[in-house]
Amino acid sequence: MSASTATRSSAAKQPRTRSRASLTYTLMLFPAVALFTIFITLPGLVGMVLSFTNYAGFGAWKWIGFKNYDSLFHDSTIMGSYKFTLLFAVVTTVVVNVCALFLAVALNSKIRFKRTLRSIFFVPMVLSGIVVAYVFQYIFGFEIPSIFGGQSMLASSHWAWLGVVIVTAWQTIPSAMVIYLAGLVAIPGEVYEAAAMDGATSWRQFRSITFPLMAGYVVINTILSFKNYLNVYDVVVGLTGGGPGTSTTSVAMGLFNGFNSGDYAYSMANAVIFFIITVIIALLQLRLMKGREVSFS
Amino acid sequence: MTTYEASAPTGGGRIRKVRERHNDKLTIVLCVLSLLVIIPLYLGVTMALKTDHQAAAGNGLSLPNPFKFSNFQAAWDLVNYPRALSMSLIIAIIAVIGELVISSMAAYAIVRNWDRKAFRYSYFYLLGAMFIPFPVVALPQVKLTAILHLDNPAGVAILHILFGLSFNILLYSAFLRSVPYELEESARLDGCTTWQTFRRLIVPLLGPMNATVGIFAFIASWNDYMMPSLITASPHDQTLPVVQQIFSTSLTTNYNVAFASYLMAMLPTLIVYFFAQKWVLSGVTQGAIK
Repeated sequence: MSASTATRSSAAKQPRTRSRASLTYTLMLFPAVALFTIFITLPGLVGMVLSFTNYAGFGAWKWIGFKNYDSLFHDSTIMGSYKFTLLFAVVTTVVVNVCALFLAVALNSKIRFKRTLRSIFFVPMVLSGIVVAYVFQYIFGFEIPSIFGGQSMLASSHWAWLGVVIVTAWQTIPSAMVIYLAGLVAIPGEVYEAAAMDGATSWRQFRSITFPLMAGYVVINTILSFKNYLNVYDVVVGLTGGGPGTSTTSVAMGLFNGFNSGDYAYSMANAVIFFIITVIIALLQLRLMKGREVSFS
Repeated sequence: MTTYEASAPTGGGRIRKVRERHNDKLTIVLCVLSLLVIIPLYLGVTMALKTDHQAAAGNGLSLPNPFKFSNFQAAWDLVNYPRALSMSLIIAIIAVIGELVISSMAAYAIVRNWDRKAFRYSYFYLLGAMFIPFPVVALPQVKLTAILHLDNPAGVAILHILFGLSFNILLYSAFLRSVPYELEESARLDGCTTWQTFRRLIVPLLGPMNATVGIFAFIASWNDYMMPSLITASPHDQTLPVVQQIFSTSLTTNYNVAFASYLMAMLPTLIVYFFAQKWVLSGVTQGAIK
């Protein structure tokens, strides 16, 4: 708010320059808005309209109203993909944030080899998800069974989802950790020294100082990771291919599969539902974050 | 004077901290945990150097004996590495330059015209992309890019630019709002046009921000699998992460060759990471806090 008033007042001082310059400003903004409209808004709207037709991806089509939506809710494969994706997103968000917060606190305390350890823990962040998934497919499929015996976790329709959680966590814990570290650095060391002098144990210090001060970062991280995990695709493709059966087929994967099988309009209806869910979750989380910010200041 | 007084106690505290004992127990715990990161990477490297026989029979943790460097040659030929590498590079370079230029220009125009409705609404319009995941618009986009003859690396690069746009504009405009207008006023008085002010004054100011946005754009573009695999029609124009699927679809290839190929695919981002660690990390935090 204050930023906008500041700009306005300084703008008022320069009416002549501004009106002359506005064509340049418009031209500077134009590429972003034009490309965005052509490549994102337009396809989005066309897709939404087509979700009310029986369009197969080619040829003629006619309006069929809400039929696609109606059959979506009776399609056990699609509903299964939503169940897997939501379960996966919730579990991974919790696992990643607990591990990342612990690691960030540990990497921020007085330890040896601090720089080296930090560099090591951050590496997975820059690796490609699909390639990481291929490597872990080998580890879960051959390495672990050959050392510990038993069947591969990925071959079981009950446990394959856990493999997807582990690999995604392995890859995304570092980015959550970086954000927590940034927050921890901002807490002055004196607070801990005072607490230690009063005889607070390290667990007590974490519970009473670190965690409350980090709550805002927990919210930010939860939002970022949850939004990310809803779109899970690469890791599933590389690790399980959506199987066994359809037990680890994510929503994104279901959408793309629909395209290959020619159920174009049907998949678009699925995309619209997915879009609505994403927006609802994003808005809920934004509200939650707003409340947090207020309580912070 | 005040700065000196304020910093003095902190300085004292730091000296005391250095003398304090390190937490050895925690160091050991972290070293053990770091194995969870190191072992998969170690496995990737050793596996890539084993002979077919060792890869099929032995346990993955054993050292290769003898080292078989020809796996890299085999992988190089099998995935046509130079071709896939150049496709990845072309896409990443267009995406990085495009994101830097288009987002910084748009953010500057928006921030300096915040009092105009059209610019303000454009800002929220562009930010809306954060709520649109790629899978939602993917199918119509595949159609669109085919119609426009952009079902190739150029189309993928354009989409990379657009899906990075809202985040980058958010970063740039937050930064530009903190730049005082008075700074530009003097340039204007010297007769600079808007474009000249942007080129000569604002762009240099954006230096560190450009590094962050650029490195992130590079890593995101390089590692992306979804967009190239869906948008690019010809298998010959696929990027490095996408061509790796050859090893999971054909059963005849050996794991040692596959891992050599995975290593070569991951190498470029690893190199960027080791040389630009500082910016990679600051980028993550900046994005989250804004």
